[in-house]
Formats: sequence, structure tokens, C-alpha cells
Amino acid sequence: MGQAMPRWGMVIDLDRCSGCRGCVVACKQENNIAPSTQEQAQSSRMISWMNVITVVDGDYPDAKLRLLPMLCQQCENPPCVRVCPVGATQKSSQGIVGQIYPRCIGCRYCASACPYQVKYFNWSPPSWPREFEQSLNPSVSVRPKGVIEKCTFCVQRLQRARDQAAFEGRKVRSEGEYVPACVESCPAKAMYFGDLDDHSTEVAHLVRDTRAFRVMDELGTEPNIIYLKEST
Amino acid sequence: MENRDSDQDAILFEPLLKTGPGYWLLIFVLVCTVLWGGYAYVTQFRLGLGVTGLNRPVYWGFYITNFVFFVGISHAGTLISAILRLCQAEWRRPITRMAEAITVLVLFFGAGNILLDLGRPDRLLYMFIYGHLTSPLMWDCISITIYLIGSTTYLYVAMIPDLALLRDRITDWRQPLYRVLALGWSGSHEQEERLQTAIAILAIAVIPIAVSVHTVVSWVFAMTIQPMWHSSIFGPYFVVGAIYSGIAALMLTMILLRKIYHLEDYLKEIHFEYLGELLLAMCLLWFYFTFAEYLTAFYGHEPIEMRIFWAKVTGHYAPYFWTMVATDFVIPLAILCNRKTRKIPGIAVASISVCIGMWLERFTIVVPTLVNPRLPWARGSYAPSWVEISLFAAFIAGFILLYAIFIKLFPIISIWEVREGREQGVAEVTERLRGYLPGDGGIDQPAKAGS
Repeated sequence: MGQAMPRWGMVIDLDRCSGCRGCVVACKQENNIAPSTQEQAQSSRMISWMNVITVVDGDYPDAKLRLLPMLCQQCENPPCVRVCPVGATQKSSQGIVGQIYPRCIGCRYCASACPYQVKYFNWSPPSWPREFEQSLNPSVSVRPKGVIEKCTFCVQRLQRARDQAAFEGRKVRSEGEYVPACVESCPAKAMYFGDLDDHSTEVAHLVRDTRAFRVMDELGTEPNIIYLKEST
Repeated sequence: MENRDSDQDAILFEPLLKTGPGYWLLIFVLVCTVLWGGYAYVTQFRLGLGVTGLNRPVYWGFYITNFVFFVGISHAGTLISAILRLCQAEWRRPITRMAEAITVLVLFFGAGNILLDLGRPDRLLYMFIYGHLTSPLMWDCISITIYLIGSTTYLYVAMIPDLALLRDRITDWRQPLYRVLALGWSGSHEQEERLQTAIAILAIAVIPIAVSVHTVVSWVFAMTIQPMWHSSIFGPYFVVGAIYSGIAALMLTMILLRKIYHLEDYLKEIHFEYLGELLLAMCLLWFYFTFAEYLTAFYGHEPIEMRIFWAKVTGHYAPYFWTMVATDFVIPLAILCNRKTRKIPGIAVASISVCIGMWLERFTIVVPTLVNPRLPWARGSYAPSWVEISLFAAFIAGFILLYAIFIKLFPIISIWEVREGREQGVAEVTERLRGYLPGDGGIDQPAKAGS
């Protein structure tokens, strides 16, 4: 090809996040994540590739609720990829950390090694209510019990965009054409997505903002999810 | 001559020839426990790992703890036997076989725990098909495989002359087995020489392999960047702990076999005295490593590490942690320091204590780190389910079962080595001692001066 590969990344503006959890629902819907049962929730076995973490900062009356949408940080230097004994979790040439479900042996080493706790294990076979079953997304495989799953940046959407681009004889546009479900659904427009290496994109611009930070940057994992700190 | 010799060691053949009701009762209990474990595993296989107490973020629990523990137990056998052989420690002779058998048999249960832990055990072969050498788990797989092959060969080669003895002595259904396994051993001078060379090579090769095994087991944890795991001391720390628990398990085995098969004439007080001193040395070494590890964490006072540190020292895991300190350090030290208590009953208590303590050590390394990950909102908790506890019990029972079967098939004390000691060792040692002394050995001179 000769052309530089895009480096897909996401910017989340915490000033704009309202904590509605639309992203959580959109992600589950898009990626065929079975709704959790009460028992799973109580035993800390829920699967949700996207979570909105809430942290109460300070004490009453000066308390403030802080929100942090948490998903796979799509590290440039992912600790989970190195430790997998069978190469079931790999980093694609476009920077997306993916999981090969049919190859995963379920040792959970990647989950133990991930400092962000964003790899999810299928403790039991997934099950959907009947009406949900009929609306499963045909572009996303359903995971069996015993394997790890994770956020893939909705790689099926990238695949679709690439097919379309290839059909039209061009590259996937660095912005707007390929967007993960969480970003698309955010009503507060707190999430941005695009090629971080293309300086014309909004994400590349926002990354240089003084409010920009990455979670646990000191670990050297180099996440491709960049947050914009709350200004207050 | 030949006849008198065999009669002299007749008691060593007895376990193979006579089986009492106690043995069958033990086998029955063990088989029942193993079957119960089988039921637990079928349940897990059908329903998934949800039947365990594991969760997010505590992805590893009993199975990984037991993996580290069982592989640790395996470290006394082959390693101790090889070191004693290379050091020409004459007192090794009645110990080597029972030690080597522990290594080989317990390894199946160490590796077996990884199988229990897998979400997709049906894909185990992917480790070989798609194996990625960047993963410390892959290093484990390679290292343990080599270790199993090496220590099995070592056990077997050193058993060939005994297998020939059995072939000539036992005439029941086992005879064809011994005939095949004895490889036509006739005890000729040439064969003896080859055997000694083979044993010497294996003994040297097996030492670095054994050290590598528990080093890479520790690296499964140390290679991650998780707090209280990411420690460069873990390799040697785990090896020391492994040898420590291994010697304890070995002495416990020796005490039991001595009692059951009346081997007082072979396993003498002096053997326990020497091994007891070794256990004491390992006890101090283990404490040194533990102290260094925890002091470094405490002094650095990094908040992320301190959360785990306090969880162990004063928090939820304090009962486990302080029981570990008591059973791994205080109790064995108190018993083994004192010459009066460093006798068989005392050593039995110390060995049991160390086995419990080393299991707790593994547990308090694996679980508290996972319960307290870097991200503060991801706190977890863990309690093993009946499936995990049943499988732990079944694995211990399985190991004892295999060991009990081993005793009925092979002499648990190396008969030819004991004879060799009697026939050649005594003269050799006298000769060697002479060589250490100045002049021509200095044995004759004082005798002359005295007369």
C-alpha cells in the first residue's frame, strides 16, 4: 500500500459527559452482549465493554460526582497481548486490540495482566430473552462460555467501511465514516473518534488540548483513548 | 552371598509382596475423593467457570494457587536427590527414590491445575499449535514439560538395577512389566559404568531445569505490571519457597513410610537430623526473602502497593498472612532450632506446618493483588466454591493414590544403591577421607605412635 496506516483513537470530553449511559446500552446492542442477570451482577461477573465509572469527589456539601466512561484503552503497548500464550489477543495493523474468540483458551492471563480491568470473561454460556435473540447483530459473533471478550472499537464497522472504500477505490476517511456505536450514540456529543495520526481530524486536534490526559499514563501502555479533564 | 544380601534387604521387597487391609481402605478413601473431584470437574465443564468463586477482577484463585503449590512440592525430589548425589553424600541412598517419585507424581497435579483453570480445556492443544513465546505461561509449559521428562528419566534410570532384581524375584503378573523395564540389566561391569555416567549426566542436567521451573512459575506473576507481583526478587523467592515446601513434603513422606513399612533400619535418626538442618536453613532463607520483599514494598510506600500490603498485614488477608508467618517461620524455627525437638515427632509437626504455610504463601501472593487492582473502583472479593475445594482435595488424594500405587509396583528405597553403599561406599569413603588428609592419609601414623 505504501500509505501510512490510520491509528484509530477516541477522545472523551468529561465536561460534556452527562452519565446517561447511552454508550453502555449502544455497545451491548451493537456487540451482542447478553444482558446481565441479577446473580451475575451480585457476583461481579457482568460483561459490559463500556462502563461509566462514578466516583464521588469530596464530602457533602462540596461533593462532586465524577464520571469516567471506561472501555478498553486500545493501548499502543498492550500488556494483555504479550502474555497471551496462544496469540488470541492481538493488535491489528490499525492499532485495534482484538480478541480471537475461537482461539482463546480461557486462561484469563490477559485479564489479570490488564491494569484497566477491561477484559471480560464468559463465566457461563450467554443467554438472551427471546425478543433480544431475534435482534442480534449478524456482523458480530456470539461468544461461547469460557473465553475472554473485549471492546474491539466495533471492528465490524471498520470492516464495513473498508469494504465500501475498497469498492469505491479509496481509503477509509479519517473521520466520520467509521465510528463505534458508543460514539455514535452519545447524545451529549462527549465522544470523538478518528485517526489520531491525521492532523486534520478533530481527535488529533483535541489530543493537543491542555485538558487531555490518559488513564495511568505512567505505566507506558500508551492508550489510544484520551480523556479531556473536567475544567471545574 | 547373593542370597544373604537379598535377605538382608528383604524388608524393602515387602511392600511389593504383602498388602494389608489398611492399604485397601486407604485406596478406597482416595478413590472416592478422586471420584468426587471428577464429579466437581464435570459440573464445571458443563456449566463453565461460573461454578467457581472467581469473578472480575479476581480472575485467578484456588487453581492457580494450587498450581504454584504443587509444582513447588515437586522441587524437593529430583533436586535434592541430584544435589546429594553430586555431593557424594552417602546418607542419600535410602532417600533418593522416594524423593524422585514425589517430583514425578506431583507434577501431574501441578500441571493439572492449569487444565482446571482453563475456560476452554478442549483447546489445550492450541498451546502447541499457536504457542506464543512472548507469554510466560508458554515458558511454564515448556519448562514443566522438560522437567517432567527429565525427572521421569532420572527416576527411571536410577531404578533399572532394582527392576532387574524384581524381575528375578517376583513371579506374578508384574514380571513381564519388570522384564521390559529392566532393559536386560545383568549387572555387568560395562552396564554399571554406563549407568553411573547416565545418572551423573542427568543429575547435573536436572538441577538447572528444576531451578528454571519455579522461576518461570514466578514470572507468570512478576512479568505483569500488577502491584506486589512485579518484583525482580520473585524468581529466587519462589525457588526457595518451592524447595522449602518440597523438603517438608519429603520428610513427611519419609516419616510415614518409615512408620508404615518399618524402615527404621534404613531411615535413621541421622537422616532426619541432616534433612531437618536443611529445612531450618531453608526456613531462614525463606524468611529473608519474605522480609526483603515486604520491607521494600513498605519502605517505598507507593499507594498502589500499600493497599495490597495493608490488605495482607492488617486487612482482610491478615489471618492468612499471619498464619503463614507462624507456620512458615515461627513454628518450624522454634522446633528446628532446638536439638531436643529436632527429632522425628518435632520434624513431623514442622513439616506439616511448612506445607500449610507455603500453601498460604502462594494464596496470599495470588489473590490479594487481584482483589486490589490499580484502579480503585475495581475492588473485588473472592471465596472458593465447593467445586474448587473439592478439586483441591481430589488432587491431593490423587497424588497420594498414585504414590501408593507406586509403592506397590516399585521399591520405595533404592535397593541396589543401599547395597552399593554397603559393598563399595564404606571403602570409598574411607579412601576419600584419606585423600583429604595430609601426606599418605595419616591413618597409619597415629596407630604406630599409639603402639
